[in-house]
Amino acid sequence: MAAPVMADNDRRSQQVPMLSKYQQECAACHVAYPPGMLPAASWQRLLNNLPHHYGTDASLDPATVKQLATWLTNYAGTYTRANETPPEDRITRSPWFIRQHDEVSAATWKLPAVKSAANCIACHTQSDKGDFNERHIRIPR
Amino acid sequence: MKLSPFAKSLIQSVVLLLIVAALALTSVAVHAATPAELLSNYSAQAGSPAVPARGQQLFITRHGREWSCASCHGAVPTQAGKHASTGKPINAMAPAFNPERFTDAAKSEKWFRRNCNDVVGRECTAAEKADVLSWLLTLKP
Repeated sequence: MAAPVMADNDRRSQQVPMLSKYQQECAACHVAYPPGMLPAASWQRLLNNLPHHYGTDASLDPATVKQLATWLTNYAGTYTRANETPPEDRITRSPWFIRQHDEVSAATWKLPAVKSAANCIACHTQSDKGDFNERHIRIPR
Repeated sequence: MKLSPFAKSLIQSVVLLLIVAALALTSVAVHAATPAELLSNYSAQAGSPAVPARGQQLFITRHGREWSCASCHGAVPTQAGKHASTGKPINAMAPAFNPERFTDAAKSEKWFRRNCNDVVGRECTAAEKADVLSWLLTLKP
């Protein structure tokens, strides 16, 4: 299913209505990453490969996969830069992600409370609600 | 009696709604269970009684791979664990410490499938599932 064309509308940071199935299935193991943070092609690839999801089996029944695919590709990143597929379909390797985090020191990334760049909620305190606004950033010490 | 198109579509909607409601109820009835019922199902499938000590062994040891069950759930899963790679908290596994656990057959099957693949490199047998569940049921406050 093709993502709707939305020129000049960066859905990366935009809050979209949460699909409860997405919350239930994907956020069992990690923050519910906003759909706009990856282009539709990346979401498609991820959903086609859930039994080998970055080293873990995240397999789901076909009906659930289909439901998630429809919603994720519908709200996928359509802004020019989010349309570029990041290496390994990793949000953290998107040029915009790297640019937006260039002030974060190497030591901060290594803090036990941070552990991984995928652990958004370590600093973005409202990220579980899809809110990445700067005013909610608290970098742990 | 001749029905107006509006009445027809209203009746169609009501019938559809009833079907959806009936399906929803059926799926709840199919999946809802108690931990004891799930255990007896697994034991019946295995054709032999569960052995809690064997379940504990399976849970706490590694099986030639990076993770054991305990890597995420803790060696004694009576309190919250932490996802080994993302750090996301995982609620307690033992039913006496978390009444939601093992009350949905489909959900239990999903997690056994995924986690056994990650930990053991294959799906678990009914006997293995029975062993683990029987051990979890021995854990009491």
